[in-house]
Amino acid sequence: MPMSTDVVGHSNDRTRLLVRRIIAYVVLILLVLISLFPFYLLIVNATRGKVQSGIEWIPSNLLGKNFSSLFSAKTSTAYGSVFGALKNSLIISGLSAILSIYFSALTAYAIHVYDFKLKKFAFTFILIVMMVPTQASAIGFYRLMKDWGLNNSYIPLIVPAIAAPAVFYFMKQYMDSALPLEIVEAARIDGCGEFRTFNSIVIPILKPAFAVQAIFTFVTNWNNYFMPRLIIEDKSKYTVPLVLSAMRNAGPLESDAGLFNLYIVIAILPVVIVYLCLSKFIIRGVALGSVKG
Amino acid sequence: MKKKSISYAKWGYIFLIPFFVVYIVFSLYPLIQTFYNSFHEYIIDRGSIGGGWTTEAVAAEEQIKFIGIDNYKEIFSADGTLVHSFINTIVIWLVGFIPQIAVSLLLATWFTDLRLKIKAQGFFKTVIYLPNVIMASAIAFMFYTLFNQGGAMYDLVCRITGNEDTLLNSVWGTRGIIGFINFLLWYGNTTILLMAAIMGVDTSLYESAQIDGANPTQTFWKITIPLIKPLLSYVLVTSMIGGLQMYDVPALLTNDEGNPIVNGVRTARTLVMEIQTRKDSNVGLASAICVVIFIVSAVLGFAINFLGSDKRDGKKKKKKAKRG
Repeated sequence: MPMSTDVVGHSNDRTRLLVRRIIAYVVLILLVLISLFPFYLLIVNATRGKVQSGIEWIPSNLLGKNFSSLFSAKTSTAYGSVFGALKNSLIISGLSAILSIYFSALTAYAIHVYDFKLKKFAFTFILIVMMVPTQASAIGFYRLMKDWGLNNSYIPLIVPAIAAPAVFYFMKQYMDSALPLEIVEAARIDGCGEFRTFNSIVIPILKPAFAVQAIFTFVTNWNNYFMPRLIIEDKSKYTVPLVLSAMRNAGPLESDAGLFNLYIVIAILPVVIVYLCLSKFIIRGVALGSVKG
Repeated sequence: MKKKSISYAKWGYIFLIPFFVVYIVFSLYPLIQTFYNSFHEYIIDRGSIGGGWTTEAVAAEEQIKFIGIDNYKEIFSADGTLVHSFINTIVIWLVGFIPQIAVSLLLATWFTDLRLKIKAQGFFKTVIYLPNVIMASAIAFMFYTLFNQGGAMYDLVCRITGNEDTLLNSVWGTRGIIGFINFLLWYGNTTILLMAAIMGVDTSLYESAQIDGANPTQTFWKITIPLIKPLLSYVLVTSMIGGLQMYDVPALLTNDEGNPIVNGVRTARTLVMEIQTRKDSNVGLASAICVVIFIVSAVLGFAINFLGSDKRDGKKKKKKAKRG
């Protein structure tokens, strides 16, 4: 390739870089505004009254009132406890995220490192089932849980996270690019057991992938409406989206847009906090493979 | 090359046990039931397991009768509802996905550009991911208020088009809004995934390209894209599967009964829900549609996967050759 013809004067190069930089910042700031817009609107609406029409750009003064009515006994009997739902969602999403990343990594590790007869079959099988829409098995799933008396329990919401084909696929891809087999062989030579190798040598290498997938799994479960709706019946066991939908479906007399928006704000806060805590892992970036050269 | 003794093989099986046990019990068995149901006339009176379930579904009356492929005949013939809903799904998905992948690639490249040195990256990345943590239903609810009569965007659109109608009453308007919501929800997520991939690329490749005088466009097409192909295919596959299952947003935006435009934005999954939440929900028919969704996504996913893996193997060989 005649790349040398591209090399022009030094100052020309600099202005080009400057132009690119300006374009980049303008686009980024625009995207930031677009992304923050729903949040801003949500916060403004959380300070507004029961009946809201149109849009307000400046917060109103009903935040305190919405707060006190959110935590009032009347609200918690009508829609389920606000704190309880937060706690329930936290338990389900947290455990799901942990189970999902650990076992998906273990599964991916089995495929990545070992050679065995059914390896190809197992890999293909998981890739196929990744395409299965959750919706497809929902009907059978519900009936099965009912038969086992597991409806209204958290087990059907947490345990299936162990088999997460999409997370597995990500881990596998990550291992392909960041987990050389030399590390595993070195550990073997040092007399490290297979299971210990995975736990104490492989997992630290996978940390960036863990952070990314932990966030995704947590968020998915936190926002999941479909499965909890299918399984949970008691109001005391409601998760956040269930309480939200109960609020949304309230009749015109009881419905309170300010309350609803305030609860959305509260509902997304924990996820935002979790994300902010883990984002440092992602920003620090994926370690560029621990064995180089 | 690697020499594997047989003793290690058993560990492969052991490590696979948790995944397969859980998968078979909680997903495969119910899935097989779905296939089974799709060949039956399976009607639950009043009940609605998959959809409206406001009341106990236990009390519902059930009838199951084997009818062969009649369910499939029904969804493919008649008014062509299913085919139509598939086209809708793909159109709406594309409306969101094309800008999503373009913007994400651009951002990921900028963030990782050695010379550009974008400042406050942590802030930008954190912010663009934020929409993803909000519940899709909450965003749909908000956009509904925005574009509905009386909303701020409604005023704006009226002023531009001079038309009194809301965008939510036109097929393409609603498709555009759904696509935009999907874009908003997912572009940050995609950017982070792509960045992880780009940062996994050996920095020395970029350094040497820079020394050789490659411009950013060349670096992007000749180094970044080929090396992140596995992740690109991952993003494409997962987004497509997500798109085929699109439900919350289109359903909430076309909430009203008898909405005239519902035919234009009905996705495959909202169709499933529609059938299931009818008074006499036809589980068999809904199951048949689920099976079709499954087959379509599997075929698409595999096509992309094979394309991706072919290229990747080629690259690996090249890399090895270079090293040797």
